[in-house]
Order: sequence, then structure tokens, then C-alpha cells
Amino acid sequence: MVKHLKSKLILLLVMMCFGTVTVFAQTGEVTGTVTDASDGTTLPGATIVVKGTVRGTVTDIDGKYSISVEPNTTLVFSFIGYEPQEVFVQPGTTVNIALLMQSTSLDEFVVIGYGVQKKKDATGSVAVVSTDDFNKGAITSPAGLITGKVAGVQVTSNSGAPGESSTIRIRGGSSLSASNDPLVVIDGVITSGEGGSGSRSALNALNPNDIETFTILKDASATAIYGSRASNGVILITTKKGASGDAMKLEYQGKFSFYEKPDPLDVLGSDEYVSVFKERHPDFDHMLGVWYDAEGHQVAANNRTETSTREIYNTDWQDEIYQSAFMMDHDLSILGDLEGLPYRVSLGYTDQDGTLKTSEFKRTTVAVSLNPTLFDDHLKLNVNLNGTFIKNRFANRSAIGAALQMDPTKPVTSNDGSFGGYYTWLGNSGGVNSMATSNPVALLEQNNDNSDANRFFGNFQADYKFHFLPDLHANINLAMDHSNNSGTRTVPNYAAWSYNEAQGGGMDNRYTGDNTNDLLDFYLNYKKDVESIESVFDVMAGYSWQHFAFNNTWDNNNIPIYLTPEGDSTGQSLIHNDGINSGEYYLVSFFGRFNYSFKDRYLFTATVRQDGTSRFSPDNRWGLFPAVALGWKINEEAFLQDSRTISQLKLRLGWGQTGQQNILDNYYEYQGRYSYGNQYSRYPFGSYYNYVIRPEGYNPNLKWETTTTTNIGLDYGFFNDRLYGSIEYYFRETTDLLSYVPVRQGTNLTNEIFQNIGELTNTGVEFSVNGRIISNEDMFWELGVNVTYNKNEVTMLYQDASIYTGGISGGVGNNIQVHEVGQPASSFYVYEQVYDEDGSPIQGLYVDRNDDGQINSDDKYVYENPNAPFYFGITNTFNYKDWSLFFAGRANFGNYVYNNAQSENATYDRLYRDEGPYAANILSSATMINFYTPQYMSDYFVQEASFFRMDDISLSYTFPNVIKDKLNIRLQATCNNAFVITDYEGLDPEVPNGIDNNLYPRSRVWVFGVNLQF
Amino acid sequence: MKKITKFLILIAIIGFFNACVKDLDTVPTDPDVVTSGNAFDDPEAYTQFLAKCYLGLATGGNEGDGAGDIAGIDGGFSPYMRQYWYHQELTTDESIIAWEDQTIKDFHYQQWGTSDVFINAMYSRVIYQVSLVNEFLRQTEDDVLNERGVSSEWKTKITEYRLEARFLRAFSYWHGLDLFGGTIFVTENDPLGDPDFYPPRISAEEMFAFIESECIDVADKMMPARTNDYGRVDQVAAWTLLAKLYLNAEAYIGSPKYTECVTYSNKIIESSYALAPTWEQLFWANNDMDQSTMQEIIFPVRFDGMRTQTNGGTTFISNACIGGNMAAADYGFPGDNGGWGGTRVTPEFVAKFDENPSDARAVFFTDGQNLSIDDVNVFTDGYAYPKFVNYYIVDGEKINGSDGNFSDTDFPAFRLADVYLMYAEAVQRGGSGGTHDAIGLVNQLRSRAGVPDVSSLDLDFLLDERARELAWECHRRTDLIRFGKFSESDYVWQWKGNVKQGQSTDAKYNLFPIPASEINSNPTVPQNPGYINL
Repeated sequence: MVKHLKSKLILLLVMMCFGTVTVFAQTGEVTGTVTDASDGTTLPGATIVVKGTVRGTVTDIDGKYSISVEPNTTLVFSFIGYEPQEVFVQPGTTVNIALLMQSTSLDEFVVIGYGVQKKKDATGSVAVVSTDDFNKGAITSPAGLITGKVAGVQVTSNSGAPGESSTIRIRGGSSLSASNDPLVVIDGVITSGEGGSGSRSALNALNPNDIETFTILKDASATAIYGSRASNGVILITTKKGASGDAMKLEYQGKFSFYEKPDPLDVLGSDEYVSVFKERHPDFDHMLGVWYDAEGHQVAANNRTETSTREIYNTDWQDEIYQSAFMMDHDLSILGDLEGLPYRVSLGYTDQDGTLKTSEFKRTTVAVSLNPTLFDDHLKLNVNLNGTFIKNRFANRSAIGAALQMDPTKPVTSNDGSFGGYYTWLGNSGGVNSMATSNPVALLEQNNDNSDANRFFGNFQADYKFHFLPDLHANINLAMDHSNNSGTRTVPNYAAWSYNEAQGGGMDNRYTGDNTNDLLDFYLNYKKDVESIESVFDVMAGYSWQHFAFNNTWDNNNIPIYLTPEGDSTGQSLIHNDGINSGEYYLVSFFGRFNYSFKDRYLFTATVRQDGTSRFSPDNRWGLFPAVALGWKINEEAFLQDSRTISQLKLRLGWGQTGQQNILDNYYEYQGRYSYGNQYSRYPFGSYYNYVIRPEGYNPNLKWETTTTTNIGLDYGFFNDRLYGSIEYYFRETTDLLSYVPVRQGTNLTNEIFQNIGELTNTGVEFSVNGRIISNEDMFWELGVNVTYNKNEVTMLYQDASIYTGGISGGVGNNIQVHEVGQPASSFYVYEQVYDEDGSPIQGLYVDRNDDGQINSDDKYVYENPNAPFYFGITNTFNYKDWSLFFAGRANFGNYVYNNAQSENATYDRLYRDEGPYAANILSSATMINFYTPQYMSDYFVQEASFFRMDDISLSYTFPNVIKDKLNIRLQATCNNAFVITDYEGLDPEVPNGIDNNLYPRSRVWVFGVNLQF
Repeated sequence: MKKITKFLILIAIIGFFNACVKDLDTVPTDPDVVTSGNAFDDPEAYTQFLAKCYLGLATGGNEGDGAGDIAGIDGGFSPYMRQYWYHQELTTDESIIAWEDQTIKDFHYQQWGTSDVFINAMYSRVIYQVSLVNEFLRQTEDDVLNERGVSSEWKTKITEYRLEARFLRAFSYWHGLDLFGGTIFVTENDPLGDPDFYPPRISAEEMFAFIESECIDVADKMMPARTNDYGRVDQVAAWTLLAKLYLNAEAYIGSPKYTECVTYSNKIIESSYALAPTWEQLFWANNDMDQSTMQEIIFPVRFDGMRTQTNGGTTFISNACIGGNMAAADYGFPGDNGGWGGTRVTPEFVAKFDENPSDARAVFFTDGQNLSIDDVNVFTDGYAYPKFVNYYIVDGEKINGSDGNFSDTDFPAFRLADVYLMYAEAVQRGGSGGTHDAIGLVNQLRSRAGVPDVSSLDLDFLLDERARELAWECHRRTDLIRFGKFSESDYVWQWKGNVKQGQSTDAKYNLFPIPASEINSNPTVPQNPGYINL
């Protein structure tokens, strides 16, 4: 491979030297035959292109070709499934080419922490997804590119909101209260998993079109080089770059997406509502519709008189808040080699409207990368600069719940223009009924919530190959990732939902957030091939320093009431709350890796990293994270070397430890400290209101959480890698879990605190298979399937205490989940519902599980959990001539969801509420469940949510050589989120954290794309 | 030369790594957070810390109910007095609640379990107050103050602060004794942050003795009646706590101490505290501004709509009982968060006013409300009882509190009327040494409420009179237990035992269980009788 590159480089240099001469030379024909190198058969339909242009030809039925070229031309020979070959030719010659069959991705180099490695020499569990394999269509978040692609990796979009980020879980979560997000490293820059107010993850600031590869490190032998932050896996991202010798290439990609209006939840329609309401609450029939006095002004139902008249409306509130929406996405990139300076510059623009009215996302990205090589190839420089500028308008998501609950007999607008023209429930006193459902349309339209998020990240990397010792490299990487956000949220003072007679209404809130992440790392790498003993040594040692800081400010005000609806806010605001929140932490690390390969068959890797964090006390802050791995390339053994069936067979054994210190914003948790109370927490002595100071709880003994992973993997490839994949088994045990749990009372200054408490395990099996089923001149069909089984279990908690979690909507402080020993983390913790003979749940009747004759909190039990034990992904590519059909789908089996929308909104007592009083709508399923009052803690609402989702179906057609061999056009039509197959009763079975409530719905998207290459 | 260069490079490298490693020593950058080392650079911090010890009874945390003091419960639910109110009132005939918040209905049904989140919050609040005070005492010990070079002027102030802090600790330990039969016991002499320290749960007798000795000790040194800043306790507060401790001694430790109760009640009655002219003004928004009201309130937990903001305290007590045909604005809450439609009283409580329906203390709201509670979830079943309001009346003019959502009204934790009734009861129960006319004291309260005098006293009458005078002021559960009418069958009311007509409950409910999470983290703590650890 290295030799190959060298010859290419020489070729390029020669080309450059003679480039000026060619102008005067004559053109002529080059002819020849293209064959398969393995058996000599001819290859009809192989393409031959003049390098750097789109001019070319294809071989005929006998594999022969003829092309007219200028002197000193490089031709690129390619055929699907074969390695392309470049040949330097002169007119009038015959050039016969034997193409080698591609041995898939296994021959590629993969990036690993602080270096690269041949994939076939990798001993860890490493998966690569690159451009060609990415998901297609309306993808604004980079994680969406790899959804369902890799065994053991789950990507869930957090909702259907524009610009929404995704949750990524690699082999289940290894932590309880600490972060479960994988570490993301972009071009060698370790990003912070945290964002400030209005900010998104580092991953989301990247334009998906700038990404070249995702490399996912799953087991500890691969991740341990990242030590304390690697327990949840590592995602390495490389961005697209120019290569030396590239001709200038301009590419435009445009995507135009149509988001269908989301499906509504099934609530009672106006007529049905009226009849159910009258049946259930005959005494309160007058709450329906709107009462008007003789002058036509709205009056509260309880204030109606003889002369009042009533009108009953028919409003579909969900229909009012959702819309179909458009998105457009333009990307322009230019790459090439400017006199030895390979470059790539790209510009991206995304403009997306949300399907929930008033949400909007606009993103502009700029990316520049330069990769010159100096001093005779001894010094390689990499400069990456990325800028992202996001403008968000956030919709008021409380409209989603309000649209379920708002009485359908009420109109959207009022007839007298009060409250900005929106219908509003009136209370007995004639003013706003603050307990009643707010008008969902007003919640959206009167809310102006905007943010600007700007992010700049970039790095400078230099790799120097010592002149006196070319086997030794020094690599230095300087990086920064700075973001600043600012936002405003304004609500007019006449908006009924923010109305406050005493203080005025409205909102005038401002906030800013600054996050910085600065990184320096340096390493030395020595690689030596000692042929005499058939050994290759590769040793690396390095040092890293990283600093993270954030600073958030806020300034919240309201608008005094005495202003007119049209007036500006000029008076003194009555509610005022401002403040600053900031923090920082450092990580300092030393790391090293030793790779040894014997006879190119037996591989050994050992890594170690020592990390120090400022989050822990000097006694506990250093953690050592070792890993070892063995690889055996069985196919290189004598007995398999000549096998025509088995082309790859590698056994991998790995063991390693990684750590966790990311307890979110708690940067000073080990130190004793005092915090000041704000203006609302003053206490009067006499008439003087003292500000207060409070000693904070702290834990001087806080230390690293440690995850120990054992991994056994087998990579296989058959029939010259026409069929390939891997199977893996892993066991991960996390000890000293960083958990936010009750502290023994009386020994600290609060009742719950971060402690190293408990253990949990993840056990799993992953299997992936990719097959190139058909590969011939006209047709190409590849299918990939991956399957994962993961079992998560909490094996120890401090003194076996359970930890309650999973807050729900309805009541205050109701939790539906628990971390309990012997159960998966975040299991549902509920009462066991009793059913009648017909199988209908009986309200309030639960099984007395502890047989004490009473039903109280001690009778709850663990019932299922939100994580799917089995999940799989499927990717299919089918090409026929210039047509390409792609689809990708995904399934989860055995995952459960707590249907909070139903537990809250499917009870008859919601119909009439006497606090207020007001009337509200209910889900149609209420008539089936037949609960009068909410039964939040019943296991009835824990519902199976297995599903299959077709993420993309995409059809594309390529017009090659459209204008004088200068332009390629590809047209693409994609359907994202095409369909979901599930028995789950709620809106969407895929719910982050397993609590289904007010989820911004994901809708079906139709995407039309055009791709132009010059 | 080369060697020197190499040496210098080595030094530079070592220096560089060393500097970077030093980066790991960080201190908070947030302006609202300081390290323990410099928190007391300004001695004003001692006042601010003492204020926090008081505030711990009022708000949920350091930002109103935000930045909560305790975790594991919603911030607005977590405030001390709100939880105390749940435990003392929802469990009795004085209140029932409609909401669906976790296990909140188990209080009235008397069927709570060991993992009840509210009971855990109450227990945590008690220990939180104790821990705050312990830390205050640690930070104000003589040698600590000397080391910090605190001036003698400040030292004098701090001496007074320490007495008040110790009173606050005794106050919370008393709640612990009353609700749980005693909690774990820690003082300023116990270590902080030591994972090997298992605070012991001492016996009720030991807890009783500690509270008693602390109160006696501080009372002697504290400021005399009504000479301290309003809101800060004086010696009368310590006497009142002693009187309450002695009145319930039979229930707490099985030995009657009515004479001691009479002794301290005497002192209080003789102090400069005096009854307010009317009963209703005690629960108005200006009960911390009007001297005629303040003279009756011995120990208020203070609230302010603008500056001491919480969804607990009187904001909760007032709003929770506004619903149905009531308009929140009529009770001083014209904001966007008024009227929570939750609490009502049982018909058994209403019946205490049957003899004198015009009693000024019978402030029921009945329009659209049914007397009987057919459905616990329906606010209009049961009378509302808007005793605490967020307005006050001056010269016939009704003036709202400072904020439309949060109440200004202070909560009278101790007030003189309670002491009159305690005195009368202690005398009735055989306490000797009283120098006042028990019947006369009771009649002072009755005439203030506009009801006829009584000519004799008996215990059952006194219990009912306490209900009329002190309803919703967090005395009811303690009173019922003292009279043997809380659990079991001696007295039942609607929905006691989770049936409409009410039924007998197990005697174990006279004490709340030690929360499961406490037992889990500290297995040395014994559980209360009848409760089974999970």
C-alpha cells in the first residue's frame, strides 16, 4: 500500500513537471483490454476516464476499449467491485489492464486514537462507516448518517424538531447519573459533550456533508487510549479533505424536502366530546362552547345570564398547531491541489421549518481544510477550520400537550380582539382563567423564542518524520472549539397564557452562553519493521492537556400590565431576574501504545493512559486506564492461505479499563464551598431582608468510575470478501458508579450527592453481515444486516438502595422509573394493575404485592424497561446501470414505553376540572380504558413498543458526462421515515428515555436532491 | 554546550508538565459560589448564614424553590413548612387533598409506606436543618473566629446568633421526635463527609432530654421577650418549645410533665406577648407589619411575595384551598398561578362549629361546595377553608400582598393563643403551679372569636377548641395523638382508613416510619414498630 502511494506521488510529480510541455503535443488513440486479475476474464463495461476530467469511455463486450488522449495523460480504470487503477499513457500505445478485485473495507486504513492503522491489523472492535454508506435524505444531524448502520450502536433522534440532536448509545449505557454519551473526536479534536444554554452538541455543529468517515471504537482495547472519557465508546470523525494531485473539483448538492403534517393523537372530536361530556358531567353542560352577552362579548360560563347566548365550535386543535413544512439544503464544495497545497472549502446552508408551527432552523456552515506536505514529505500539516452559524426559532412545545387537552368546542380566535385576538378561558372573576388549558395556537404564535448559536472549531496538526530517523514521527495538535450563543424570548404582555394581573404579563428574557474547549496534544510514534525476525513494532507515547470552560448569563424580565396591547415595553419591569453561571475544568493526560505484529499473523496491542481531572481532589484525581488485545489472522496461516473460500478470518481478544468523570456541570463537587442565595431567597430580620449564604454538600472522596470491558470478536470474509462481517461478544462491568444518590443523613450538608456507588453490567452479542450478492457490469446488489443483543443490569447499589428517576407529567414529582439491583437501569416501577373478567383494567385496584392488606408505595414493582434487548439494522443498495435504489431500516424488539400522554389525558375527570373551573378534552382511548381519575402508577401504561422503522428509501439516477464531459448530474428522490410497523398505541414507539409525553412528532419526509459535479 | 541545551530543554519540559498538572487545582469561577476558605472574609457572612438557618424553614432552596436544599423531591414541594403541614394536617380531620401527586393521598388514608417520598422529604428537612446549624456552630467556634481575626463587636453578635441557631436545631429535633419518635442524632462535634461515620438513632428519651436541656440552656441567655428583630427568636420561643415538649411528654416518652408545662406557660403568659385584637388578622399579608398582630406571634416562619418566594409555606396553604367558585384574586392572588383546587376540610371538622356557626374562626367557603366528601378528587366535595389569605384590610380597604402569586403572609409557628390553650390543658391534666385562670384565658380567645364564654373546661372541649382556634397551623396531628384519637377507632372522620365513612387504622401510624432510604444508607437505624423494611 505504501509503495503504491509512493509510485502515485512520483507519477504526480512527473505530471506536474511535464505539464507545460504537453500543450504542444499531438493527441492520439490508446487502446487495450481490461481483464480480471484473478482469472484473466475480460471485463465488459469497465470505465476509463481521463484523470481530472469527466471525459472517458467504457469497454465493449470483449473488454476492449479505445480512447483518444493527449501525451502524458493519466487514465483511471475502474469497475464496480474492483480496485481502480491509474496508468500514465502516451497516445498510440496499447495498454492492457488487469484489475484487482476489491477486498472491501478490510484493506483500508482506519483512524484510531492518535494515529491510523490498517483495518486488518486492528485488534479492537472498530467499525467504519464512510460517505458511500451514509443514510440518505433529509439529514441535518450528523448522527443521522449512521443510524442503524453499526451493530451495538443505537442512534435515536430526540424528536422531530428542526435541528434536533440525537442520542447515541454504544453497547448500552455504562453509567447511571454520569453521562452515557460517547466521546466524539473530530479530526483529532476531543469535543466536550456538554453545551451551554441554547447550544447544541459539537456533533450537531458539523455539516453532515463535510463528513468523510465515522469510525466507532466500541471496546476498551480500542478506546482505552482515551482513558477517562471512553467508557461509552468513541466516535472518531474525519472530514473531507483535498488530496495532493487532485484536479480542481466543484460539487453542488441541493436538497429540497417536504415534511408531511404529523399524525395527530386520537382525541374526541367536537360532537363526540359534547356527548361524552354531557353523559359524564351533566351538571356542567354549560362549560361547553362559548357564552356571549347581549353585546356579543364573551362571558365566563359561570357568569352567564338569561340573555346570554352560546355557540359551540368545532376545532381540531392538533390540526391547528401542526403544518407541513419545507426544508432546503445547499452545499457547495471545491477541492483540489493548488500547487502542492491540497485544499477543500465548503459552504453549506440549511433552512428548515418545523412541522410544529413557528419552529425554524437555519444553519450556515463554512469548512476549510488545508493539508500541505513539506520538506520532502517529512512534514505533514493539517489545518481544519469550521464555522457554524445557527439561527433557531424554538416553538413553545407546551402547545403539543395543550392541543390534546384544549376543549374542541372552543374557537381559535376571539370575536373581540382581546388577548391578541385569541380565545381564552375566563375565570369566575371575569379575568383570565389561569388554571385552564391555554389556547394552543396562542402558545405558539405569541411566543417569540430565538437563538443564535455560533461555533468555531478548528485545529492545526503537524506530523514530522525525523530526517535522521524516518521511522520516528512527532505529532502535535493544537485545537480550539469555541461557541457562543445568545437568545431572546419575548412574549407580549397581552398574551393570556403569561398574564398576571398583579405584575403585568409577557416576557422579555435574554441569555448568553459561552463555551470554550482548548486542546493541546503531542505524541511520538516509532514504527520499525524488523524483517529478520518477521516483526513489526509500533510504539507511541504522548501527552495531552485540555481545558473546558463555560459562562452563561441570563436576564429575565416581564412587561408591566399598564401598557396597551400595541405598546412597547418602556416602563419598569416588575419581575426581574438575572445572573451568571460559570465553571471550568482541566484534564491532563499521559498515554502510550505498543503494537507488535509477528509474521503478519499474530497481533498484540497494549495501551495505557493516565488521566488527571480537576473535578476530583488531589488524592483521587489521577486514574490509570490500561488495555491489552490479541489478534490472530487465521486466514494467513498455511492451512488457509490458499483457501478460495475464506478470504478473511481474524480472531480478536481484548480487555481494558476506561473511566468516567463527566458528572455534567458539577465541576467542584469534591470541594467544600458556599453559594449565595438569590433575591427570591432572602430572609427578613425585622424588616431587613438578608441575602443568605449556604454551605454546599460535597464529597471529598469522589473518584473515577471505572468500566472494565472484555471483548471477543471474529472478523470473517468469504469468497474474496464478497461476504464479510463480524461477530462479537462483550462483557462490560462498571464499578464505582458515579451516582447522584441519598447520602447517609447527618454526615453531609444535603440529602443527596454524587457518590461512587454501585456496579452495573452490560453483556452483549453483535453480529453483522454484508453481502455483495450481485456484482456484474449492469447490476450491483449489496445487502448489510446487523443484529445486537444487549442486557443491562444493575448489580450493586450502595446498601441496595433503589434510585428513583424518570419524572412524568401529571401530579408533581411523580417518578415512574427506578435503578434497582438485579434489574436493568431505568426500569419502570409501577403498581400491578388488576383487570376484570373482560380484561378491562379496574380503576385503583392493584395487586397487594407485599400482602400487608394495603396498597401503598411499598407495593410497587419493577416491570420492563425502555431499552430494547434486541435491535437490528438493515441497509440495501441496488444499482442497475445508472439507477440506484437504496433503503435502510431498523427494528427494536422488547422495548417498553410509559404512555404518559395516555395516563394523563385518557381519564374522564379531565373533562371537567373544578379548579378554574374549565373543561378539557381527552384521548379517545379513555372510553376503552374507563378510568375516571388518572392512575399514573399503573403498569397498564407501560406498553410494549417494538417496532420496525424504514428510515430511508432512496432512488437516484446519474447522468454522466452531460455537458462536454464536464458535468455529472445525479438526481435523487428519497422518502425518510417512510413507515413504522408497531403495535404501540401512542404516536411514536421510539421515545428517548421511554416516557412518551408531548413528543415533537417525527413526520414522513419527501426529499428531492440534485448533485452536480464539475 | 549541547549538554546544557539538552538540560535546559529537559527543565523546560518538566516545568511545562508541572504547570499543566497544577491546572488541575481549580476553584469555582461562578460569582455566586465561594470556597469554604474565603466564605467568611466578610463577617456579614455570619448573619447571612444565620439567615439561611431560618430560611431553611421557608423556601425550597437558594433561588426561591430553585437550587434546592434537598433533592429527591420537586422544589416547590420540598419546603419545610409545606411538608410539615402535609404531615400534621392532611393526616387528620382538618384536611383532605384532591391531587394526584405521588402518594399524597396516603396521608389522609393513614396508609403510608416506608418509601413514601414526602415522608423522606420531611425527614431530610429535619436533618438538613440540624446539619445547617451544626455547620454554623462549627464555623463560629471561638478558635475559628480568633483564627479569622473576627472583631469583638462581631463576636458579641455571633454569640447571640449561636443561641438562635441552637434553638432552631432543637425546634427541628422536636419535629423529628414528634413525627418519627426521634431521628438520628448529630451535633457540631460529629464529623462531616466521613463515609465511615454512621450517625446513631438515639432513644426518644435521649432526644427529649437533649431538646429540653438545649432549650433551658439557650433560654437563659437569649434576648428577652420582643427585644430581638422581628422574626428572630427570643427566650419566649425557647420557653414555648419547652412547654410543647412537656405537654406531649406522655406521648413522647411515656412520663407526664404537665407541671413543667404549666411552669413555662406561666412565664410566657407573663411575658410582653399579647393577643391580637382579632383572630383573622393573624393570617393576613401584613402579619409582619402590624404591631397589634405581631405581639401575639412568638415565632413566625416568614414569607414575602417578592423576596422570600416559595410554592410552599403560606403560598401553598392559601392557594391549595382555592377552587370551585372561588376566585384566587379575591384572596390576594391575582397572578397567573392562583387557585390550586386541592385542600378542604372534613364534615367532622365543620361540625366543631355547629354550636356557634357565627364563630369568627368558621371561615368556610361553601358556595358550590358539598359538606360531605363523596369523591376525594373533587374539590367541590368538602368545604374550603380560606383562613390564610394574601391580603389585609386597613380602614375597610382591602390591600393585596406584594406579589400576585406568592404570599406575603407569615406562618405563626408559635403564637400566644396556643400557649393559653396549652396552659389550660396542662392544668386540666393535673399540672400544678399555675398562677392564671385557665377558664379566663380560654374565654379570652372565645370572646375574640365572638362566641359565648364557657364556665367549665374538660379535655374533649379543649381538643375541639384547639381545632377551632388553631386549625391548619400544624398542631392537629400532635393534638390528636396526645388525646389518643389519631389512629385506631376512638375517633374517625371521612376517608380515614381509605373508606368514605372513615375507619379504624393501625396504631403504628402514630409515628411515621424512618424512610427506607435512610435505613438503606444507615443500617444501624432501627425502624419504628410495625413498619417493615423493604
